[in-house]
Amino acid sequence: MQFDAPAGSNIFDDARIVGKSTPRIDGPNKVTGTAPYAYERHDVVADQAYGWIVGAGIAKGRITSMELTAAKAAPGVIAIVTAPDTQPVGKGMDNHAPLFGGSEITHYHQAIACVVAETFEQARAAAALIDTNYDRSTGSFDFDAVRASAPRSGEAETLGDFETAFAEAAVQIDETYTTPGQTHAMMEPLATIAAWDGDKLTLWTSNQMITWAKESLGDILGIDSANVRVDSPYVGGGFGGKLFIRADAVLAALASKAAKRPVKIMMQRPLVANNATHRQATHQRIRLGARMDGHITALSHQNWSYNVEGASGETATAQTAKVYAGANRLTAEYCATLDLPEGNAMRAPGEAVGHLALEVAMDELAEALGMDPIELRVVNEPDAVPGNPGKRFSDRNLVRCLREGADRFGWSERSATPAARREGRWLFGVGVAAGYRGAPTCKSGARVHLADGRIVVETDMTDIGTGTYTIIAQTAAEMMGVPLDHVTVTLGDSSFPASAGSGGQWGATSSTAGVYAACVALRRQIGEVLGFDADDARFEDGSIVAANKAFRLADAGTLSAEDTIRFGKFKKDYDVATYAGHFCEVAVDAYTGETHIRRMLAVCDAGRILNPLSARSQVIGAMVMAAGAALTEELTVDTRFGCFVNHDLAGYEVPVHADIPHQEVIFLDTLDEIVSPMKAKGVGELGICGPGAAIANAIYNATGIRVRDYPLTLDKYLDRLPAIA
Amino acid sequence: MKAFTYERATSPEQAAAAVAGRDGAKFIAGGTNLLDLMKLQIEAPTHLVDLQDLGLDKIDATRDGGLRIGALVTNTALASDDRVRAQYGVLTRAIVAGASGQLRNKATTAGNLLQRTRCPYFYDTNLPCNKRAPGSGCAAAEGFSRQLAVIGTSDQCIATYPGDMAIALRLLDATVETVMPDGTGRSIALADFHRLPGDQPWLDNTLAEGELIISVTLPKPIGGRHIYRKVRDRRSYAFALVSVAAVLHDDGTGRVAFGGVAHKPWRSEEAEALLPQGAGAVVERAFAGAAPTDDNKFKITLADRTLASVIAEARS
Repeated sequence: MQFDAPAGSNIFDDARIVGKSTPRIDGPNKVTGTAPYAYERHDVVADQAYGWIVGAGIAKGRITSMELTAAKAAPGVIAIVTAPDTQPVGKGMDNHAPLFGGSEITHYHQAIACVVAETFEQARAAAALIDTNYDRSTGSFDFDAVRASAPRSGEAETLGDFETAFAEAAVQIDETYTTPGQTHAMMEPLATIAAWDGDKLTLWTSNQMITWAKESLGDILGIDSANVRVDSPYVGGGFGGKLFIRADAVLAALASKAAKRPVKIMMQRPLVANNATHRQATHQRIRLGARMDGHITALSHQNWSYNVEGASGETATAQTAKVYAGANRLTAEYCATLDLPEGNAMRAPGEAVGHLALEVAMDELAEALGMDPIELRVVNEPDAVPGNPGKRFSDRNLVRCLREGADRFGWSERSATPAARREGRWLFGVGVAAGYRGAPTCKSGARVHLADGRIVVETDMTDIGTGTYTIIAQTAAEMMGVPLDHVTVTLGDSSFPASAGSGGQWGATSSTAGVYAACVALRRQIGEVLGFDADDARFEDGSIVAANKAFRLADAGTLSAEDTIRFGKFKKDYDVATYAGHFCEVAVDAYTGETHIRRMLAVCDAGRILNPLSARSQVIGAMVMAAGAALTEELTVDTRFGCFVNHDLAGYEVPVHADIPHQEVIFLDTLDEIVSPMKAKGVGELGICGPGAAIANAIYNATGIRVRDYPLTLDKYLDRLPAIA
Repeated sequence: MKAFTYERATSPEQAAAAVAGRDGAKFIAGGTNLLDLMKLQIEAPTHLVDLQDLGLDKIDATRDGGLRIGALVTNTALASDDRVRAQYGVLTRAIVAGASGQLRNKATTAGNLLQRTRCPYFYDTNLPCNKRAPGSGCAAAEGFSRQLAVIGTSDQCIATYPGDMAIALRLLDATVETVMPDGTGRSIALADFHRLPGDQPWLDNTLAEGELIISVTLPKPIGGRHIYRKVRDRRSYAFALVSVAAVLHDDGTGRVAFGGVAHKPWRSEEAEALLPQGAGAVVERAFAGAAPTDDNKFKITLADRTLASVIAEARS
């Protein structure tokens, strides 16, 4: 099915199941341990051996020797695959750091061996017996040291004459914000079971993008990807860290070949931060020039980041062309090359940290103008895409998000003067930030089967904890006129039709549109079998009414249909995006500087919300992640050893329950005709775009102290807190 | 983890002898720290002597009005004991500020005292650490040291004692009773139990080889307001940047001990005598001779401000 024009009215406008809060259909499996994650799939293949990954102990150099005698002789050892004895494997999609093979070390904890043994404990013990010697070389690990000489990546985006307009502006803001490296810290580390049958390879793994995974494995292993099957029905969190093939999958495949047995590997937690990918640090300079009435006349956002050779930085300017009006603009990205681990996608790549700068700069501008920060944003609401005035917005309700949020949150009670509200030892403050995240779509296929009046959906779409199973079931139930429990959804298997996968918050609307397309095809088949015009029929409660005649779905027998939704060029005329107003109240301890979040609110504009219950879960999860980014999360680089030192969940502090006392999410009742037949947009990344800045702005409102270096830990402002008696 | 042999001890004396008589033998109680370190092969005992059958899980009144806490009393049981809550509130508050519910259910009183004094570099076997690999150097001294010690450090080690319970025990003048491999016993003041790194940073405490803790004794209650304030980056499951254990009396006198600042619980009786003069005087004296890094010098300011807050709370 081709989506070539705005959706117009369709079945979902009178939906009975889609758009209703629906508990996840896989919930009972998850809470009873019957939704197996990759490493727990003991029953998929017999005789599984255990693999243990050895990570490099240096960040740059060469392996000069690996002594394996003791490890090979250790109890239970079946095989050892080493990098020096393996030809470097190929590169997969968007894969920049080497995954395995050869003696060259390009980053800390790069995989250099995999030990396979009868038990997990034996593999781990034997791995510790490998004695590796290195020839260390000098690496470049210090972002601050190389930042100034980082080359520009891509063209700068310019409009009008920024420099002149900024110089002439009545009010100017020129500030620099820094964000540190972050790790995905998903609950389920990267994990894979691999088995060979002749030249056919099956991987039971944890991956967000099944079609990419299958194709990449062909390139990485130098085999025909048609011989690869990937299966990933449950994913314990990804956040972008599982978009691409990583060392767990590569080593499971290589080790399984060497061991001549299926091999299972879970990347040990202390290896994940340095072995896999991370969100890179940024250094962002923002200049805003405005008239006294608040209209922005000059807007510049320059961002410096880094990556390994040939890969792009954390593109923090991603949202800046889209959010606020301003005739004179300059946006540029610079990317240094470092010998740190590979930077790659993490939830709302670019935008998550871009908002931490842009939305604080707006707060600073509002204060300089003596304006309310919401009014400043409203004044600068654009009519067309500011950085690309030829482009329209498909459906944009940012002002509503901010206004309705202000009402709900009690914004009018905010003190415009910072540090004005103290109760005992606590300083209270509130903050606001706008949120923008694009709403892309990708072609997505599905197959639907009808038998006995029941529906089975097959697609290689993934559920990374987001609720995909449920929204797909809702879509199929709506389309076929059956109750939800008459739909079985099967996901994540590369033998199923290729889907959009889970990433970039495109999964929900794309994959359900693909299921819609397949259901349209199935309805037409049913119409042919039973003799009615399916496009003019109503499917309800297991029955079909067409041209005043009634049919029973079950009478159509056993049928299957498959289709793929493809999105047409007409969408290129529009900026299709999601918007939010984020609000936060904090209390800051006037003695110690500890920040306690009191409450958070997100008002989201994302078109039709397919399942408000699971969408809310996505948004509150993203708000928690944003709180971590604002307050605690930081991968600390040791520039002597070239590694992230705090590479476990004790040292890398994600928020705990006690940090997040109260969260509220409101969805506007909007519809976006341009995005897809569902008129729905994703929310998984919208939720992390803005809350961190709202927290930072609330801390300023509470204390009068502006810190522009994330995370906002108390050591950075302790000496600026009120004097103690 | 290296393979090890295992036995269940039948008496404290037998346990002590079993560990003393065998190279590489260690006691295991709750195992909440030891097992983690064994998995990373930072600890690699060849033999474990499991103490779980020894009893030692009672809290008894002593003749002079204090409490004797069995070595194997869990952190949860100790924190929730009515006598402890009523008369040694700072101990309850310190315990519940540490770790997580699951860990406190498993961790024991003696084991908590014996958790390793540590540092991020201690946990990464590729990197230098004199505590883990004597003579390899201290990566932290010029590295990531924000969490680490500001006083009592040496050029060999700047690791921090991470526990909370021991800070309160130090404040309360607790003593540790042990049994030696030869069956004799001794009593060690908590002040003398943990040690500074000096030039032997691999030694966290003053126990002899095979010496087994059988109990920890609290002297009779001292009254006062009991406060434990733990300042950290997140509100649970994080080590202290600085913690303050205090017992404060209405006349302005009292006791104060600091956590998160040294290789051991940090208390200076001279400094706490200055409590009536306020936090600044106490902290100036308690941290005289501090040698912080650029990354952690904020801890001294934080100790000052946290103690000021504690004093204000006691007065309110």
